[in-house]
Amino acid sequence: MVPVEKIGPKRLVVGAHYGTSEFIIQRVTAIILAVYTLVLLVGVLTMTGFTYAGWKNLFTFTCFSIPLGQILATLAMVSLAWHAWIGVRDIWMDYVKPVGLRILLLVLTLLWLVGSVVYFVHILWRN
Amino acid sequence: MSDSASKPRPQFSNIGITDLLAYRLPMAGKVSILHRISGALLFLCLPGLIALFAMSFSSEAGFKAMSTVVGSPLVKLILLVLIWGYLHHFCAGIRYLALDLHIGVDKEPAAKSASLVLGVSLALTVVFALKLFGVW
Repeated sequence: MVPVEKIGPKRLVVGAHYGTSEFIIQRVTAIILAVYTLVLLVGVLTMTGFTYAGWKNLFTFTCFSIPLGQILATLAMVSLAWHAWIGVRDIWMDYVKPVGLRILLLVLTLLWLVGSVVYFVHILWRN
Repeated sequence: MSDSASKPRPQFSNIGITDLLAYRLPMAGKVSILHRISGALLFLCLPGLIALFAMSFSSEAGFKAMSTVVGSPLVKLILLVLIWGYLHHFCAGIRYLALDLHIGVDKEPAAKSASLVLGVSLALTVVFALKLFGVW
């Protein structure tokens, strides 16, 4: 039992971080995705006609022979998966109370998202 | 005192699906639940969207094949729902980032920004719909 005088600014906080890092990660990934969305949108709007070459170039352009297009798209995809993980995790935690079912759904969510990232990276980086 | 203590007070903690549908949410509540629904929808359709991207990205022929797939009215309709989902999630998300920074937290501005989010995302969806269905 925690003594009453330890509750408050000097409260003993043990074994949990109360979701602060998830809160921050969800917002940071949101900003990354918003910025990348706008970058892609500008890319599409400044394209001369919607062609295959132009479309591919959005994701494969290089900068001093660094594959910047691929790197940015990969970072965005990882941000998306991480963002979605926190959001979907919150949905299961809000609505699904039986522990076994909740764990099953969390595992399926993780597989779904990791699978999506692997699939996307595979497409993006193969030549 | 004795009067209120003698009567059992109504409890609303566990509402059923029928009560849920009868609830009239304020604007901010509508934006909030739609933010969640749109996010879940995008999550569920993510592999499908990547498959479509794979097609368009693979080759010139794949790009044409993707255009044919997207040409079907059913696919267009599904895409339009997802486009709305993305736009709503985007606009509502920016509103939440502002609220996190304590911008527009008061009742009136919060209600106004909620209406703005609903309106802007629907208006942008219409723009995309016109583009998608080749009207413009």
